[in-house]
Amino acid sequence: MSIDTGTPVGAPTQPPDGVAADLPEDAGQWTAKLRRSAVTSLPPERLMPDRQPAYVASWIYVFGVLTVSALAVVIATGTVLAIMGPTWWHVSTTGLFVNSLHLWSVEVFFFTMIVHLWGKFFMAAWRGRRRATWITGVVSFVVSVGAAFTGYLSQQNFDSQWISTQAKDGINSTGAGAIFNVTNFGQMLMWHIVLLPLVVVVLVGVHVLLVRLRGVVPPFAPAEEHRTNPAGPSDGAESDSGGVSGADPVVVAGNGTSNGHVSTGHAPGREPA
Amino acid sequence: MSPVAAAGRPHHTRRFNPDRDVEEWHGAYLPYDLIKEVTVALVVVVILVVALAVVFSSPDEKPVTIKSWSTASPVDFAQTAITELDGTSPTATYGPPYNATPGASQSVFGISPESFFGVHHPIDTANDYVLAPLRTLPDRPDVQAAVNAYTSAPAAQQAAWTAAYEKAVAKAGTGANGALTVPPGAYGPVGPIISSLTSMARSGALDGALLTSRQFYGTDYTKPLLFIADGTYLANLAQSQHLSGDQWGMMNETGNFPGQAWLWLYTLWYQVPPMNTSSSGDLQVWAIMMLLTLGLALLPFIPGLRSIPRWSRVYRLIWRQHYRDLAAAPRL
Repeated sequence: MSIDTGTPVGAPTQPPDGVAADLPEDAGQWTAKLRRSAVTSLPPERLMPDRQPAYVASWIYVFGVLTVSALAVVIATGTVLAIMGPTWWHVSTTGLFVNSLHLWSVEVFFFTMIVHLWGKFFMAAWRGRRRATWITGVVSFVVSVGAAFTGYLSQQNFDSQWISTQAKDGINSTGAGAIFNVTNFGQMLMWHIVLLPLVVVVLVGVHVLLVRLRGVVPPFAPAEEHRTNPAGPSDGAESDSGGVSGADPVVVAGNGTSNGHVSTGHAPGREPA
Repeated sequence: MSPVAAAGRPHHTRRFNPDRDVEEWHGAYLPYDLIKEVTVALVVVVILVVALAVVFSSPDEKPVTIKSWSTASPVDFAQTAITELDGTSPTATYGPPYNATPGASQSVFGISPESFFGVHHPIDTANDYVLAPLRTLPDRPDVQAAVNAYTSAPAAQQAAWTAAYEKAVAKAGTGANGALTVPPGAYGPVGPIISSLTSMARSGALDGALLTSRQFYGTDYTKPLLFIADGTYLANLAQSQHLSGDQWGMMNETGNFPGQAWLWLYTLWYQVPPMNTSSSGDLQVWAIMMLLTLGLALLPFIPGLRSIPRWSRVYRLIWRQHYRDLAAAPRL
């Protein structure tokens, strides 16, 4: 006996959880494929891990998450400035304070980002299928420099006058001055509050997801500079899975759970941002 | 050295390279609260930023206007204006993207990107900075007569007048109310032209007249900015604020505030030969920085450079606890 749900006779049956693509005939859907790929690559326990490899025990690891935190403050204060308009902070005490928050959050952002960058450099954090993580980090830094630069150009004060009239020579020499006119306040403001922040946020988002996907890079083995035949290399050029077949499973201390990741660049370890 | 079968692709072989490959972690994992760390980090950053903002605030030096410049330094304004009229100012001889001055484009190894892109923000300094603004004064027939006399004269005559005025204005001073006083000379209509332009500038009318866009709403300040930058007034103010190029000004800020310190490497190249004297110094510096940036991004692919972290052994400081634990662990 069934309960009448109002479903017309002959209509496709919905599974109880509403995931239509769970049905075999729907498994080829683009949506279903994308969801499967996302969940496989970044299951919740990897996206929001509650365990980290034991070697993650240095203050240097904090600078990634500090950078993302500073970026959040930059965007929040910039949003207030955008809401109130470009003139506000020149004529309002409150506006000047918000501008001060924006300036100092940018300074903190760059300081923490550069420490993070140097830290990752000295860890050779690109090892083991983590090259894309490194590249997105460097590109994020470069685009952030552009975002800050256009901010300086958008201040509408003596500073922006001087910076724009000096910077034009370098930009013009590359030919970019033809379309990127640093003395055009309106154009620079648009780049500063729309285009470049969007790119930075997307890049940082991809960077963080890659960190979650690949995990934090393990230390150099003690005699690594001389080794030629390790238990197993992990490098994206050779390994789609990032794993070494036949390697031992990861041992997870504390709760007795095995994450089942092997030699991965998929390790569920922490590398905050 | 024996090749190692790489993961997942047993038909490929590849030597283990410690600067590219890793032996993934098989050791212990410890509890880690991601959300707690993010929250604490955010709180710390907010407290730090608020404290810095409260203690130091932020700089906001008033911008220079054509009015403030011509009022504070009418002689410098007039000396700049005559170079705009006779086409010898930095903007008039700049080249792309403002005009097509021959030989003005920078190049490296014979490649000149700005020449390739050409003129995109055309500026005719004589007309845009001097003659056209004066033509917006219809109630001044004397000024219109001077402009007409100048524009209808042969080029040689124009050059003779402007040359004479340049000599005279070098000895100019200021009279009552700071007005410009120029010694007499054979400069024909150029005298009333520059004098009228200076008066117009001191009234503030020239600021509006120089806006690139003739529509009601305008946001492009290219023309007034370049005019102001052609004078020495702006540069002197910048010098006093330690913002000049030879003061590493690119990474400085007005007052004692930190500026774009992250541009230290970019401004470094401007301090060393040949970039500090080359007429193509800007392009040379950009070429170097683009190469270095590309190198940094592609560091994982560059043999030798990617080994620096391993050679430096700074990682032993970062992972010192890990190596201590390894050293203390019993050997099997």
